[in-house]
Amino acid sequence: MSLNAYITETEIEGSEDGPLADKTVAVKDNISTEGVRTTCGSKMLEEYVPPYDATVVERLKDAGATIPGKTNMDEFGMGTTTETSYFGATKNPVDEERVPGGSSGGSAAAVAAGDADLALGSDTGGSIRCPAAFCGVVGIKPTYGLVSRYGLVAYANSLEQIGPIAPTVEEAAALLDVVAGPDENDGTTREEGADTDFAGAAEGDVDGLTIGVPTELVEGAEDAVVETFEEAIDDLREQGATVEEVSLPSVEYAVAAYYVIAMSEASSNLARFDGVRYGNSGGYDGNWNESFAEARSDGFGDEVKRRVLLGTYALSAGYHDKYYKQAQEARAWVEQDFDEAFEDVDVLASPTMPILPPALGESLDDPLKMYLADANTTPVNLANLPAISVPAGEADGLPVGLQLVGPAFGEKTIVNAAAAVEN
Amino acid sequence: MSDSVDADEVEHVADLARVALDDEERAEFADQFGDILDYFEALEEVPEVEAEPDLVNVMRSDEVEDSLSQEEALQNAEDSEDGRFKGPKVS
Repeated sequence: MSLNAYITETEIEGSEDGPLADKTVAVKDNISTEGVRTTCGSKMLEEYVPPYDATVVERLKDAGATIPGKTNMDEFGMGTTTETSYFGATKNPVDEERVPGGSSGGSAAAVAAGDADLALGSDTGGSIRCPAAFCGVVGIKPTYGLVSRYGLVAYANSLEQIGPIAPTVEEAAALLDVVAGPDENDGTTREEGADTDFAGAAEGDVDGLTIGVPTELVEGAEDAVVETFEEAIDDLREQGATVEEVSLPSVEYAVAAYYVIAMSEASSNLARFDGVRYGNSGGYDGNWNESFAEARSDGFGDEVKRRVLLGTYALSAGYHDKYYKQAQEARAWVEQDFDEAFEDVDVLASPTMPILPPALGESLDDPLKMYLADANTTPVNLANLPAISVPAGEADGLPVGLQLVGPAFGEKTIVNAAAAVEN
Repeated sequence: MSDSVDADEVEHVADLARVALDDEERAEFADQFGDILDYFEALEEVPEVEAEPDLVNVMRSDEVEDSLSQEEALQNAEDSEDGRFKGPKVS
């Protein structure tokens, strides 16, 4: 496969009938598939074969979907370009010199190229919305608790959700309908996800809808992105929506808060990879701590090491209050800011990504610069809210995504508004 | 206090995290961590927020259910003995 969208190609057949009976649904390679290796884009799990299916995979199979493969991703979801994968970068089908975004880059590329009808990704700080925006397709990050994380290999549990990537808003919503819903194996799932009809909400009727545009999320974006975004907003206004500026002062701290929390959770979650129960052991003997440290050094790439170390640092004695505790304060502030904004508006709109898709190889040298690209997506994960990225048009021949954020369990509202962007 | 980080501090954290680093990685990470931690320091400006806790404990009764067989649980281990995981040799 020239795009390198898949790490493993396979054919997992679902039941004979169901809403996805004639559809192929590619699955990100951090979502467990019984009997089919699930690598998380890491050398550590190169040969890991899960003995069970994730809940979302069971639901895909029950709905009749065929899974054509496991898609490429930044290692353990840690990246914004899909270049940190041990299995090599994925190319953006729109422009093969450019990254597809990440971390669910393989899923978005497969859908954009038509290699799969639909795909599942996971979104911890933008990992569904970013590649959807960069590849010109639709991606939804559901409200925290809408979709079961059972069988999703954890990176930062308190932030992540599995969600759909599709060519259209209606198809993305229909796939979300299949995977959403409470699961006794994930205590964080909520009843609101039962018996949803998000696909039916994709009407594109924004007459009377109030759209807030947070100035902080537009100011930082490249001019070409802002221009395309504003054209799409003008179009929504012409369709009957009311547009007003809003301010979310807390989002200035969202990237820092997100990375401190995500890295801290990652440092704990990834402690399990010691090469004994699963993963590459490297065959080291002697002092266990040293054997494990060597095995982990062999198995993890640079970005994973960076995040595990920084997370360990942020949680360590003397630094916990300065970083982790303050990040939690910032998270509460971001939640409060969004809550207040939704007292006045129905949805919030911004560019999904402040930049156009970078060229392959451009982002790897400067990790902080890569983190800053997540400025518009991370606030949503901190606030546990639903958001959708829908193609807004092109700038310099490259796709620009428009992000719509809704109140908790307001998926119908964002699906409806996103359908109007497609009109 | 400035958060510039030296190679010894990186090594200390790497020990805590059980990640072996070579000299080159230590130097590179020390350099990058300085920039990243400086950026994180902005969090000191965040005001205290009175958040309403919206989290509740989710409990269930502790009942025996079907789970992975011993064989399935061991299938991804590189080494096992008598139905148990086998770790590295200690000496």
